[in-house]
Amino acid sequence: MGIIKTEKLGYEYIRRDDEGNVSGITRAVDDVNIDVEPGEFIAILGHNGSGKSTLAKQINAILTPSEGEIYVDGMNSADPDKLWDVRQCAGMVFQNPDNQIIGQLVEEDVGFGPENLGVPTPEIWERVTESLRMMQMLEYSKHSPNKLSGGQKQRVSIAGVLAMHPKCIIFDEPTAMLDPHGRKEVIRSARALNDVEKITIILITHYMEETIYADRIFVMDKGRIAMEGTPKEVFSQVEKLQELRLGVPQATLVAHRLKAAGLPIPDGILNRQELREALKACL
Amino acid sequence: MIREITIGQYYDEESVIHRLDPRVKLVATLIYIISIFVVNNIPGYAFVVVFLGICIALSHVPFKFIVKGLKPVMIILFITIAFNMLLTPGEILWKFWILKISREGLKAGATMALRLTLLITGSSLMTLTTTPNNLTDGMERLLRPLTRIRVPVHEIAMMMSIALRFIPILLEETDIIMKAQMARGADFESGNIFRRAKALVPLLVPLFVSAFRRANDLAMAMEARCYRGGEGRTKMKPLKYNGRDYAAYAIVWLFLAGCIVLRIVL
Repeated sequence: MGIIKTEKLGYEYIRRDDEGNVSGITRAVDDVNIDVEPGEFIAILGHNGSGKSTLAKQINAILTPSEGEIYVDGMNSADPDKLWDVRQCAGMVFQNPDNQIIGQLVEEDVGFGPENLGVPTPEIWERVTESLRMMQMLEYSKHSPNKLSGGQKQRVSIAGVLAMHPKCIIFDEPTAMLDPHGRKEVIRSARALNDVEKITIILITHYMEETIYADRIFVMDKGRIAMEGTPKEVFSQVEKLQELRLGVPQATLVAHRLKAAGLPIPDGILNRQELREALKACL
Repeated sequence: MIREITIGQYYDEESVIHRLDPRVKLVATLIYIISIFVVNNIPGYAFVVVFLGICIALSHVPFKFIVKGLKPVMIILFITIAFNMLLTPGEILWKFWILKISREGLKAGATMALRLTLLITGSSLMTLTTTPNNLTDGMERLLRPLTRIRVPVHEIAMMMSIALRFIPILLEETDIIMKAQMARGADFESGNIFRRAKALVPLLVPLFVSAFRRANDLAMAMEARCYRGGEGRTKMKPLKYNGRDYAAYAIVWLFLAGCIVLRIVL
C-alpha cells in the first residue's frame, strides 16, 4: 500500500434550507481510487468545482469521507484516534497566503506546528531554523509576515508545514493568488522538496505549466478521475482535455496544431525545448 | 486616523524596561495604578511622578512619543474635569446662570486630571515597551490559575494574538474596499456625523464578510497544523524570570509601600 490510498472515496455537500431540510446534495468527490507511492510527485488538475480541493481536504482529514475510505501512511483518516497523526503525516499548504499564517513573526509561525505537536523547546528552534533554511527564508526569520511578498509568504507556509516533519505535503492551489514570479518560487520549492527530501508531493492546481514535472497527473471532472497518467500521456490527448474545459501548455498546443496540419511531430510535447527539438527533426 | 493612536503600539528600542519579563510589567502596571489611587497629597503625587519619570527615562522611549499618545484621550480628560468642577457642591467661587464652580470641585477636577494623565502615561509605557505577542504570553501565564474555574485563558490569549496579527491586514482591506467604493461614487467625507456613519454601512458589510471568510480559512489552516487547544502544547519562547525581573518586582512593591507611607504619615 502506498502513502496515500483511497478506496471508492466519495464526499457529498448537503445544502439545507432555513428549516434544516435537505434542499440539495452536491457530490463533490465520487468514486475516487488513487494510490500514491512514497516519494512521488503527483499533480491533480481540474477546473473550478471539479472536486480537487475537497479531495485534498479529505487527505488531511479536515473533511471525513461520506463514503469509501482513505488511508494516509496506513492510517484510516476517519479514525478519531489517528486524526492528529494523519494531519502531522500529511501537511497542507492552502491557497491564500495571508489566511494561513498565524504567527506575528516568520519564526513564530513556523514554530506553531511543532508547538502544537508538543515538541520540546530546543527542538522547536532546530526545526524552525532547518525548515526556514530549506525554504531559503532564514534571513527573514525575525520579519513580520505582513511585509513579505506573496511567494515569500507561501514559502513561510511551506516551512511551517515542513517543521512538523511530514511525509507528504498537499498543496491546494498554492499559486492561485500569486504573480508569475511568486508562482515559480513556490513550484521550485515544491520540486526541491520532492527531489532532495523525498517528500511526497500532491500538487493541486489549474495551471498546466506547473504539472509538467509531475510523475503522474490525475485530471478530475465532476468529482471523478477523468484522466490519469504521466504528463506525456495526459497532454497528448489535447481534445479530451479541452472537452474537460482545461487548456494545455502552450508548447503542447502548438505541437498539436502543427501535427494536425501535417507535420511529423510526436505527441506529448511539454515544453519549448522539446518543441524546438521536434521541429529541428522535421527540417 | 487609526494610525495616530499610540496606545497599544510597540516602540522598538533596547532598554532594561524592554527586556523585562512581560509578567513583571503587567503586575507592575497594576501596582502602579493602585498606587495612583492610594496617594492623596502633593508629596505623594510628586513621588509617583518622579517614579514614572525614572521609568520613562530607563525605557529610552522619547517623551514626545508618549505625549502624542495622550492626545486622543484629551477629550475624555476635559469632560471629566468639567463635570468634576461644575457638579461638586461646596464653597462657590464663581457663578454664571446655572453653572457653579466650587473650591472643592476645582480641587477634585485637578486631582482627577492628574490621576488620569498618570494612569494613561503609565499603562501606555507598558504597551510601548512590550511586543503584543509578549503581552499576550504574559497574560496567559498570569491568568493561568483561572483555568481552574473554567476560564478559557489559553483560548482568550490565542484570540488576542490572532486579532493583533489581522489588524494590519483588515486595515489594508478596509482601505481597498473604501477606494473601490469611492471609485464608484461613494462619499465618505462630506455630510454630518449621521450621514458619514450611514456611508460606512456599505463598507462594513463586505469587510465583515471577508473577515468571516478569513476566519474560516485560518481555522482550517490551524487545524491542518494540528492545533487542538492549549493542552499538551509546548512553547517556542517560554517565559523565564531573570535576576532583573526579581529586582523589578522588589522595586515596584517598595514603591507601593512608599505611597502608603506617604498617605499615612502626611
